[in-house]
Amino acid sequence: MTLEARNLTFRYLRRGSPPVLEGVSLTLRSGERVGLSAPSGRGKTTLCRLLAGWERPGGGQVLLDGRPLSQYRGFCPVQLLLQHPEEAVDPLLKLRTALYEAGPADRAVLEGLGIQDSWLERYPAELSGGELQRICVGRTLRSELKFLLCDEASAMLDLVTQARLWRFLLDYAQARNLGLLIVSHDAALLERVCTRVLTWEDITAPRPAPSCGDSADSSQGGT
Amino acid sequence: MKNRRKSTLLLLILAALLLCTVVLSGAALARQAVETDFTRKNLAPCVPFLFGTDWMGRDMLARTLAGLSLSIRVGALTACVSAAIALALGTASAALGGWVDSLVSWLIDLVMGIPHILLILLVSLACGRGLWGVTAGVALTHWPSLARLVRAEVLQLRQAPWLQAARRLGTPPERLARNHLLPHLLPQLLTGLILQFPHAILHEASVTFLGFGLPPDQPAIGVILEESMGYLAAGRWWLALLPGLSLAAAVLLFALIGERLRLLLSPATAQE
Repeated sequence: MTLEARNLTFRYLRRGSPPVLEGVSLTLRSGERVGLSAPSGRGKTTLCRLLAGWERPGGGQVLLDGRPLSQYRGFCPVQLLLQHPEEAVDPLLKLRTALYEAGPADRAVLEGLGIQDSWLERYPAELSGGELQRICVGRTLRSELKFLLCDEASAMLDLVTQARLWRFLLDYAQARNLGLLIVSHDAALLERVCTRVLTWEDITAPRPAPSCGDSADSSQGGT
Repeated sequence: MKNRRKSTLLLLILAALLLCTVVLSGAALARQAVETDFTRKNLAPCVPFLFGTDWMGRDMLARTLAGLSLSIRVGALTACVSAAIALALGTASAALGGWVDSLVSWLIDLVMGIPHILLILLVSLACGRGLWGVTAGVALTHWPSLARLVRAEVLQLRQAPWLQAARRLGTPPERLARNHLLPHLLPQLLTGLILQFPHAILHEASVTFLGFGLPPDQPAIGVILEESMGYLAAGRWWLALLPGLSLAAAVLLFALIGERLRLLLSPATAQE
């Protein structure tokens, strides 16, 4: 499977405001672990939100196996892990509901992530960031999942938890042939877990690559 | 924080008890409230008749309790109906957007732009006055402020990352609404509902006082006040004063509860 961003343009405000993203193209294949590193404020998080279908691009397309992502109903095969897991779970619901939001979870996944049963009777505010992030990972790792986007997903974890989380995720991704997009400022992490690392210039520059040759001439004028 | 929580809870229980007593005793005294006895007419407040009697010898305490009970029942009904309208329109407006949002916002502005009492009079008249006329009038005029609140809250919730995450995890819309939206809306809705109570009661009494609400044979507070106007000049102060004070007390009680609840539930003041 491939997840493809084709010449994406995006504005948070109405037409006429300067675009947050312009002419971004990116291709991610199953089994790949792609790292993305860029200075703050370039739009990495926005790109992840577009790729996961949280926002609709103003221009360009997000395609999963050639089909627009918005056509997929139910559990989205592309899931996003946020930097702050406390934003990703409903603060008023117990974690049992959050974990089983998409249906029953795989027992092996929960054990692999070290999710304890006692956590599930608590509210999000009663768990630490690391514990909460593991719940967020646990609820996305389902058989329908094809691509996982990690937007600084381990930045707030201590090193031991980070290492355990990544080891588990990498094993899982390999076993299920998942594609991973790992956004991080941590060059050492990207070096270690990714099969290739991209910089912002790699995905925005008008590239002469044969697969995305059309992106150069259709770049929009902005304001 | 604990103190306010405790005192609010105590106040709520007390108020609920008091209101239940009023409603029940009012219902039980319904017959007594219209019973005439010309041997005891125009008595000032005394021991057997704490609120005195009127020109037909009717017990004013029984009439006041029956009137308050009626007012509270009408208030409860109208507050619930208008809260339901507010919830439906506010949610639809925020969730559907586009022309639905424009239409609902326009309706809110329209209803808020006309003086309440005038609109209630018109609706009540159009519905044939009586209990249903008043109920319809008050219910149809009291939803806009709450609808506006619900709309703003839903608009904000829709942007919450956890709601988007839940949606992308394949949660169907009805479960999104039930599990994720309703628990966040409930505190506002509850506070709004209780704060609508005093408004509804006062408006019901006002419309009835003006002669466009409940019929004169009903022992409503509005009817009592309207009838007693003619006897004030004759020095029978108890006919208007005591029922009026009771109405004010009931309204104040509800306003106090609503205010306390708002302070407790609002994030800005909850931690004080």
